[in-house]
Amino acid sequence: MTIAIINYGASNLYSVKNCLNRLNLKSIITSDDEIIRQSSAAILPGVGAFGQAMYNIKKLKLDYSIYKFIETGKPFLAICLGMQLLFEKSCEFSQNKGLGLLQGDVKLIGGNKNLKVPHIGWNKINLVNRSTKNSVYLKNYDDDFMYFVHSYYVNPADEKIVLTKTNYQDFIFCSSVEYKNIIAFQFHPEKSGEKGLNIFRNLKKKIS
Amino acid sequence: MIYNRIIGRLDIKGPNLVKGIHLEGLRVLGKPDVFAKLYVEEGIDELFYQDVVASLYERNSLLDLIKKTANSISIPLTVGGGIRSLNDIDQILKSGADKIAINTAAIKNPEIIYQAAKVYGSSTIVVTLEVSKLINNIHCVYTDNGREFWDINAIDWAKRVENLGAGEILLTSIDNEGTGKGFDITITQKISESVNIPVIAHGGAKTSIDIIKVLTETQARAVAISSMLHYGYLDKVQLNSSNYEEGNTDFIKKNINYKDYAKTSIIDIKKALLPKILTRI
Repeated sequence: MTIAIINYGASNLYSVKNCLNRLNLKSIITSDDEIIRQSSAAILPGVGAFGQAMYNIKKLKLDYSIYKFIETGKPFLAICLGMQLLFEKSCEFSQNKGLGLLQGDVKLIGGNKNLKVPHIGWNKINLVNRSTKNSVYLKNYDDDFMYFVHSYYVNPADEKIVLTKTNYQDFIFCSSVEYKNIIAFQFHPEKSGEKGLNIFRNLKKKIS
Repeated sequence: MIYNRIIGRLDIKGPNLVKGIHLEGLRVLGKPDVFAKLYVEEGIDELFYQDVVASLYERNSLLDLIKKTANSISIPLTVGGGIRSLNDIDQILKSGADKIAINTAAIKNPEIIYQAAKVYGSSTIVVTLEVSKLINNIHCVYTDNGREFWDINAIDWAKRVENLGAGEILLTSIDNEGTGKGFDITITQKISESVNIPVIAHGGAKTSIDIIKVLTETQARAVAISSMLHYGYLDKVQLNSSNYEEGNTDFIKKNINYKDYAKTSIIDIKKALLPKILTRI
């Protein structure tokens, strides 16, 4: 049982690995197609710029590995920029195409509101459609603090995939989505204390 | 909603946590990772390590300390001090830090901000501004822990680092740092209004009232505190004076409490900020 942490040069790979180590979850930082596809779960982390990330992913042919992995139905977690990369396009710097696994686009926080960007710090996640959502990962979570660091947010075309939303000075954005075997967080569970670690514990239960 | 951040700032010299006044006259307080772990358990929102000596030969000890800390905490850790190149940034992030902070390197070569932001993302790059007020009431920037003066207006420099891609500004008032006389409200207000990126106010906090003042009277939504925290927790940290070999250790060996600062806890600090200032509680 190994978790692949997909390496495309993003800078928080080691934070994620540290976190898995603490939970005694075996993981490997890799960009090898074979290793990724044989793993029990895969994590697409991310801190960095969208364009640079997509460039690296294509150069390393990781887009192909990600598509193939997701087809297997095994758990696929995406964090922060990793979440944004799953969508069709981003307006960061110039227009960039994403992996297109989920429909929708990535936009700058705030719209025409005068907010401090990036949004950095602790904020709450609130479940939407509580009755219909019962994610394994966010079971018993609502109104919990998570750590955010981002300038962009995802705007999914299909509202039904939205799991939680977050309010940043009255600017409300999607803070997690779940679609089939894909779970993606705008916040950093690996940096969110015990509540964050629990998300990985839930992943552990799912694959063991 | 906005939840303000209380960041624990730890000045590091070799293997030790130190604290000075106006960034000088360093006292050894103990092992940084011991304090760090305690602060995390007690509810600090983030940690900030500043290597105050930042000499190359001590680099490995800093990286070891980052690794040790990152392995035992799961909240964000920013590391600054002596970062000169993208390679330095890479090493620090690989050791487990989440963000890096630069000052001297950015002033000498502002392009490094742009390059680092492009590779690691803006939100990974914190630029530290060490500022002090001149006779004409203008704040200018310093480097090397307040030792070297640069004839650069602090507000102009803040705007420039934002344009170059910095994700956050840590604003240190050298005049107030370590004195307990409260934050420099004037410069914090001016800078936090001049830029759109988050500003962390640092230097001078002694009580929760100081924190309330800076978070209500300026656009800063985060504070970095050190003396208030370290002296507030000193007697809770197990002191083993035999472990202290380097630097000015008299303070620890005599086990003197720093009278000016009250014994406190992070939760007490946070509760005292309510209802005006929300934090993660």
